[in-house]
Amino acid sequence: MKQTKRNNAAAVNSKLIRRPIQRCFAIFLLPTFAAFCIGFLYPFFKGFYLSFCKFTTTSNAKWVGLQNYQKAFADASFLHAFWYTALVAAASLVLINVLAFAVAYALTRGIRGANLFRGVFFMPNLIGGIVLGYIWSMIFDGILSHYNTSIVLNTMYGYWGLIILMGWQQIGYMMIIYIAGLQSVPEDMIEAAKIDGANGWQTLWKITIPTVMPSITICTFLTLTNSFKLFDQNMVLNGGQPFVFRPDGTVIKSTEMLALNIYNTFYLNANSRGVGQAKAVLFFVLVAAIALLQLRATRTKEVQQ
Amino acid sequence: MKREQMRKNVLSALFAVICFVYMLPILIVLYNSFKTNASINTSTFALPNAETFVGLDNYRTGMYVGEYPFLYSAGYSFVITILSAALILLCTSMAAWYISRVADPFSRVVYYLCVFSMVVPFQMVMFTLAKTAHTLRLDTPWTIPVIYLGFGAGLAVFMFVGFVKSIPLEIEEAASIDGCGPLRTFFGVVLPMLKPILISVGVLEIMWVWNDYLLPYLVLDRTKYKTIPIHIQYLQGSYGHVDLGAVMALIMLSIVPIIVFYLFCQKYIISGVTAGAVKG
Repeated sequence: MKQTKRNNAAAVNSKLIRRPIQRCFAIFLLPTFAAFCIGFLYPFFKGFYLSFCKFTTTSNAKWVGLQNYQKAFADASFLHAFWYTALVAAASLVLINVLAFAVAYALTRGIRGANLFRGVFFMPNLIGGIVLGYIWSMIFDGILSHYNTSIVLNTMYGYWGLIILMGWQQIGYMMIIYIAGLQSVPEDMIEAAKIDGANGWQTLWKITIPTVMPSITICTFLTLTNSFKLFDQNMVLNGGQPFVFRPDGTVIKSTEMLALNIYNTFYLNANSRGVGQAKAVLFFVLVAAIALLQLRATRTKEVQQ
Repeated sequence: MKREQMRKNVLSALFAVICFVYMLPILIVLYNSFKTNASINTSTFALPNAETFVGLDNYRTGMYVGEYPFLYSAGYSFVITILSAALILLCTSMAAWYISRVADPFSRVVYYLCVFSMVVPFQMVMFTLAKTAHTLRLDTPWTIPVIYLGFGAGLAVFMFVGFVKSIPLEIEEAASIDGCGPLRTFFGVVLPMLKPILISVGVLEIMWVWNDYLLPYLVLDRTKYKTIPIHIQYLQGSYGHVDLGAVMALIMLSIVPIIVFYLFCQKYIISGVTAGAVKG
């Protein structure tokens, strides 16, 4: 914080630097700002406005007030998608973080080949969601076809299948962050604990884990937002199947997550676009709330240190 | 000490096995891409044998399966990724320098809007963004980089501003006293100092754009242009009728560039991809 203030002050005081750059506004800032308006600002505010409208395309919008939001909250498939997403987030959060920490811990013990192993674990992270979903749906169906079933036929298979897929993709990423955290644990603290007679477990719980707490915070929130924003993998792995047809005519897609639910509300039925946009705004509020929580969590940790 | 060494060796061996299992999904796709369609379906995990091995046939048919040549998709993926990454690096680094050196109210507002944009999920803007892009004719592989610049500016500007702040102002002052204008100061003095963060942001954007599905799917004129993820999703959509062997081959072809890229610059990729995580 102090550093920033000093530099800002320096920038303001240094007319030598500031004025000539300011004259080049059109070259330096304008291109990015213009693209930012096209690619973010305008769509964002227009989208926010459209969430209060009935529309099939952006030009035939008719103001309907809060109706879209009421419909969104009354939509059973949306609420189902929310709870399903929360369940996926909870399971993947625990699984990914525990395994990633365990792998990072083992790979920082100075074993032979640690760099190679690290590279292998990280690699799936570079493969896109579509291809990942395709690979795993083939593998799961390869196994399940022996039992005359498929990943698109059973909600439980779909759920755990997605968790396994997410684990495979993200463990390597979180592992890298944990390794960086573990490498910054001071050697002498570990040694002091050993001299005081602490065993391996005690050192891990009392010294190592408290010291890497910032990494744990980062990874927790990363896995959380990753799960909430998940789209490609969900769509390709089983596309929300199996579907449950309710007696009242509504369809619950039992493994459909929030992002996919919003997408389907938009594009499967052009008449529900207003509701889709309202859902998208609620989704944005949720994701932004998680981000704010994260900011607060990291800030308070910094103060403590 | 010997026991300690023993334990490390056991751990090492254990991890060798785990890593092999970890690579299995990719290996399975790899050897399935050399098998006949029937045997992929009935015995997914069996290695190819004399009967089921078809050589490079799947790769040959894969080029034209689905009525859209795979090479077109691959070409457009390359064009979009390279143009977008280049445009983002150039424009946002310049913008970030302007923001942190001028620091007037306007550039501060732009900066905070950029930070704000990082927490907005794509679904929030997808419909209006696609419409805007079509209206402005930004729906071709050569113009979609503008959309990527706009939607991706947030993180890039944030990372560049964070880095520029750590560069001492005195160097630029010296350049300016020596008679450099802002352009020469930026390209001759500042840009070379940005090298590490340029690599980080570059890797991050390349991985994002290359793997991105929904944005190009909604923005591009799909009758004319596809990217690799769109291509593969199209093949899966036509469930049942699809040539599985060909799809395995295409999946391999879409992973191979990433693996090659990864093998050559693993260090940069790992630090680049994770640099984006430690934000906020």
